[in-house]
Amino acid sequence: MDLLSTYIVHQADNALILGHRNSEWTGHGPILEQDIAISNIALDLIGQARNFYQLAASRMNEMDPGRNVGEDDLAYLRDSNEFRNLILVEQTNGDWAKTVLRQFYFSTYQFLLYRELVNSSHPDIAAISEKSIKESRYHLNWSSEWVIRLGDGTEESHHRMLQAAQELSAWIAELFLAVDFDYEAEATHAGILPEILKAEWYQRINKIFETATLPKLSSELKPLQMLSGKNGVHSEHLGTLLTEMQFLQREYPGSHW
Amino acid sequence: MGVWEYGKNYKMNEEHIIDILSEVKDPEIPVLSISELGILRKVEISGDKISVEITPTYSGCPAMDTIRDDIRSELAKHGLKQVEIKQVLSPAWTTEWMSETGKEKLRLYGIAAPSKHNCKNGEDHADSCPLCHSENIEMVSRFGSTACKALYRCRDCGEPFDYFKCH
Repeated sequence: MDLLSTYIVHQADNALILGHRNSEWTGHGPILEQDIAISNIALDLIGQARNFYQLAASRMNEMDPGRNVGEDDLAYLRDSNEFRNLILVEQTNGDWAKTVLRQFYFSTYQFLLYRELVNSSHPDIAAISEKSIKESRYHLNWSSEWVIRLGDGTEESHHRMLQAAQELSAWIAELFLAVDFDYEAEATHAGILPEILKAEWYQRINKIFETATLPKLSSELKPLQMLSGKNGVHSEHLGTLLTEMQFLQREYPGSHW
Repeated sequence: MGVWEYGKNYKMNEEHIIDILSEVKDPEIPVLSISELGILRKVEISGDKISVEITPTYSGCPAMDTIRDDIRSELAKHGLKQVEIKQVLSPAWTTEWMSETGKEKLRLYGIAAPSKHNCKNGEDHADSCPLCHSENIEMVSRFGSTACKALYRCRDCGEPFDYFKCH
């Protein structure tokens, strides 16, 4: 896979893996309306993932006419070390606090990213971003409200938010670390280096945290040296997620809806 | 404008095709056709091939596959089988493309429609209950029965209803 295809697959992987995690709440949400909300967010994300996978697949087929890769091959037939998603999105759901905080972190990042990618030199990346940014903004509003409601809620909900912030803090630095495909995307103006999003990301997060009476997040957080989801080196959680998500396609190869 | 030879005596142009496709409804809002919703973007005839462009309301809209199938079968009823359906993403779908007649049909069906004025000012909320027209309403959830809707309740008549969100 060439670097720009990998860049596109990285966007798809983020959306698919978080979409899948959110879909694990379907039927288990704390109340019916929020069960529907998180399932709808899952649907948006999986839709975005499909658009990016289809783009990557057609690009790969064009570059290598002997191949016939489809979106399903990319989603269901790659192993964990081939997935390029951020480690943040593969983290387990935990409680509702952890789920909404993970969503808040990611939606803020994704919204800022799409805001840049609508100007991508690659017309299809620009089109998918233009389509998706409205959805991300909605996810961002929804998750911000939840962070405030729980942070500035009861003693218990505040405590749960603190715990979630603690658990997720290790995966924040990776959002802004560039790898080979980011440099390629930036050089061709198809994409950007994620570090340009960092200042505004922290500013937005801390503004909501202030309202939510949560302690300010330090922008000096360091990545864990051993792990890099964008390079295919994941936490232990991705493997179990893929085992379930890919089961049907592995057991019954080539099956279609 | 392309013309497609239909049988021996008819010639069809794009407008005929658009007319035929007015029979294709959104499977989740069966009172609205795909053109009233703004999902149908373009119809082109070249030679004996018809190409249809559609755009999704939301990226993950599960109705898109059904809509594709429905377009094919509607055209097939008229003997039109050389059909290519393409999904386009840009320009991105917006509720502004929904026709006023479409919005009126939505209300009659029991779904509050987004108002141009509200959407323009970034105020994404329903104005009144589509059933009793009371303005004494409240939002229950930002997300409703499908990705494009939010859930409301009327404080006067007590009925829950969907609101088609600004997008």
